[in-house]
Amino acid sequence: MSDFRALFASPNFNISESFLPNINLQNQRNWAEEFIQNVVIPRLPEAVASHFPVEIGTVLVMFACAGVFVGVFPLLPLVLVLAERKVSARFQNRTGPMRVGPWGTLQTLADGVKLIFKEDFIPPQGDKLLFLLAPYIIFACSFAVFAAIPFSQGILVSDFNIGIFYIMAISSVIVMGVIMAGWSSNSKWSLLGSLRSAAQIVSYEIPLGLSILTVVMLVESLSMREIVASQSNGVFSWLIFRTPFAFIAFFIFFISSIAEVNRTPFDLPEAESEIVAGFHTEYSGMRFALFFIAEYANMFAVSAIAVTLFLGGWEGILPGYDILGGFPGFVIKSLALVFLMMWLRWTLPRLRVDQLMNLCWKYFIPIAFFNILGTGIWGLIFPEDTVISTAISCAIIYIGLIAAYKVAGRGLAQRPAPQPS
Amino acid sequence: METTPQTESKIIELKPFADEMVVNMGPQHPSTHGVLRLELKLDGEVVREAIPHIGYLHRCFEKHSENLSYPQIIPFTDRMDYVAAMNQNWGFCLAVEKLLKADESKEFEVPERAEYLRVLICELNRIASHLLSFGTYGMDIGAFTPFLYAFRDRERLLLLFEKVCGARLTYNYIRIGGVSEIIPMEPGSITEQNFLDEIEAFLDYFEPLIDEYNELLTKNSIFAERTTRVAVMSAEMALSYGATGPNLRGSGVDWDLRRDEPYSIYDRFDFDVPVAVDVPELGSVVGDCWSRYKIRMDEMKESIRIVRQILAEGLPGGPVMADLKAVRPPKGEIYFRSEAPRGELGFYIVSDGTPKPVRLKGRSPCFSALSALQELSRGLMVADIIAIIGSIDIVMGEVDR
Repeated sequence: MSDFRALFASPNFNISESFLPNINLQNQRNWAEEFIQNVVIPRLPEAVASHFPVEIGTVLVMFACAGVFVGVFPLLPLVLVLAERKVSARFQNRTGPMRVGPWGTLQTLADGVKLIFKEDFIPPQGDKLLFLLAPYIIFACSFAVFAAIPFSQGILVSDFNIGIFYIMAISSVIVMGVIMAGWSSNSKWSLLGSLRSAAQIVSYEIPLGLSILTVVMLVESLSMREIVASQSNGVFSWLIFRTPFAFIAFFIFFISSIAEVNRTPFDLPEAESEIVAGFHTEYSGMRFALFFIAEYANMFAVSAIAVTLFLGGWEGILPGYDILGGFPGFVIKSLALVFLMMWLRWTLPRLRVDQLMNLCWKYFIPIAFFNILGTGIWGLIFPEDTVISTAISCAIIYIGLIAAYKVAGRGLAQRPAPQPS
Repeated sequence: METTPQTESKIIELKPFADEMVVNMGPQHPSTHGVLRLELKLDGEVVREAIPHIGYLHRCFEKHSENLSYPQIIPFTDRMDYVAAMNQNWGFCLAVEKLLKADESKEFEVPERAEYLRVLICELNRIASHLLSFGTYGMDIGAFTPFLYAFRDRERLLLLFEKVCGARLTYNYIRIGGVSEIIPMEPGSITEQNFLDEIEAFLDYFEPLIDEYNELLTKNSIFAERTTRVAVMSAEMALSYGATGPNLRGSGVDWDLRRDEPYSIYDRFDFDVPVAVDVPELGSVVGDCWSRYKIRMDEMKESIRIVRQILAEGLPGGPVMADLKAVRPPKGEIYFRSEAPRGELGFYIVSDGTPKPVRLKGRSPCFSALSALQELSRGLMVADIIAIIGSIDIVMGEVDR
């Protein structure tokens, strides 16, 4: 195994590059093939080694890695579900689950086992095929997003040159699964929930995409790795502080992504008190668990994307030091945003459909367009990212925050009374 | 055979290409506060019509009562508004007492101590009821945490009720001519002192929390967006539908039976009646969901004031039951109304001089308020329906009886 360890220890080693398909990197040897050639074959008896099918072995190793990937990431929702229950319990003067395992740490595992053994109910009048397919689409899409998230310098499944674009595209497919689930359940509440969800996700994708564009304009790349690499000069080189427009873009991005993952105050698609449970009302057992896992995986994914785009990714707060950097730093930053989402969920009430759309179309989209314009102008004034530009940016952000605080304290805008029709 | 109108209506409902979607909200639904069924005619998210169907919790209370003696009816009143059962007991007992007093030959007075205990317990029960209303309303609007806060505080109140009558929900505490003495509490004893101290401790703990809840939910901008200017019930409309209690005061009508038609010993206490006003900084107008909700929050403070006055005076000594040999009212009929947490609770009793009533009718405040739902909800959204049901604060046990 020494070769294997040496492979990992070498400074030039990079899993992500090795995982890239050969068509992109024709001159590089496939990592899996290398593993077969250098590690597996020398250890086999000679009679077998000469006939060893390298191609099939390579594919098998690839599958094994994919298996580890698919096997490890569902553990993340397991932790997050427990975290949510514990966090909400703390907010509500409770202790949360305490019985299964020490401090209830195995509760989600127990729930998962329970869900697996439950009856897999299929509505007899529903559309069976779509009903069965929908959870897999949602599950697959929410985990496919992880393929482009750079957890650290070395831990990145695939460094596409269009990474962030890929994430946007894949996460949009989730809405297909939601509509399929809602339609095929043959339940009016499910249908209402899925249509709410479709409207919401499609609308909020626009400000989301536009605020990503702000970042892309600053970095001039769609690759996740390059976006992080451009933030390597400490906390003030993080894109959120680079220009005041990116600062606004971060908030638009974060709020829109809360709407994308259907969480309070934008949890209309699964608003329990209005439409029972929305699109997954009729699901039970393992299929319900898939929705649940996908929801929490999504939550982590959007946080991780926000960290990558705005909060420096795996880069630390000081150049050259690993404070809040590397893999642990990335996870800590992402979990902080996840905690923020939980905090919001257990504090705020829910918006109404028309208010949700108002917020998106009348406020977020114009502001996001303004951001793009502003970023362009900023780029003309400060073509290079210097200390002066960062200082000016931080000063504007500081003044803006104080002004926003003063204005927000004055009360809420009036809104016209709803007209009875 | 002629076609009955019933079959015709079925045909209309099954129009295949209608733009309207008919959805049954309830009787099993998380936020219809029990077993209310709403037949919603939806055009997308917009509610064209919401028709309430009631009766899923009908228990023949009124018919049942005709076969029971007056004291036996009291436990049935518990099941009417089970959230504020003390007040229901009281309303019924007050009506029977008034009927009994019509008989000149039987002179009796409810003892002073019983009157104080009744006001004390019923005002605490009012707080418990409004707390539940506050918590569930938060949950209807989508905020889960206030619900648990409200139940945490209500739990302490329920423990107090348990101390005084042994039950947490269906108390059967207030009896005709006084209050129950199942758990004896001698005047001036350690038990009484402990009980009063616990109430005081609760009030000291709870009073600042109301402001905290106002900060958390009432003044929350999303909550205000959802509830202000939604389903505005004008004063005329509230009066014409017979809405009472917080719903009527939420529409700006200054009317509270405790002050305007004082019964028991309410004239001895100093308290205000909260009435809705426009709140421009939150966008609220008189009569909207927010006003109705806010009245309840303010009423909790007034109840605390009344309880504090009782605690300051201390409970008077003496018996807790009037010396009634048997509850046998004279021939005649009576209507008596009292101010329950959800509004004007009336009991109409017809007696023929026997120990059982000939006819008993309960006037339910929730029923009257619920009847306004159809007019209030027209043209609003599905989410607003939930906001309206929560704000008129119905308890289906009382609507259906």
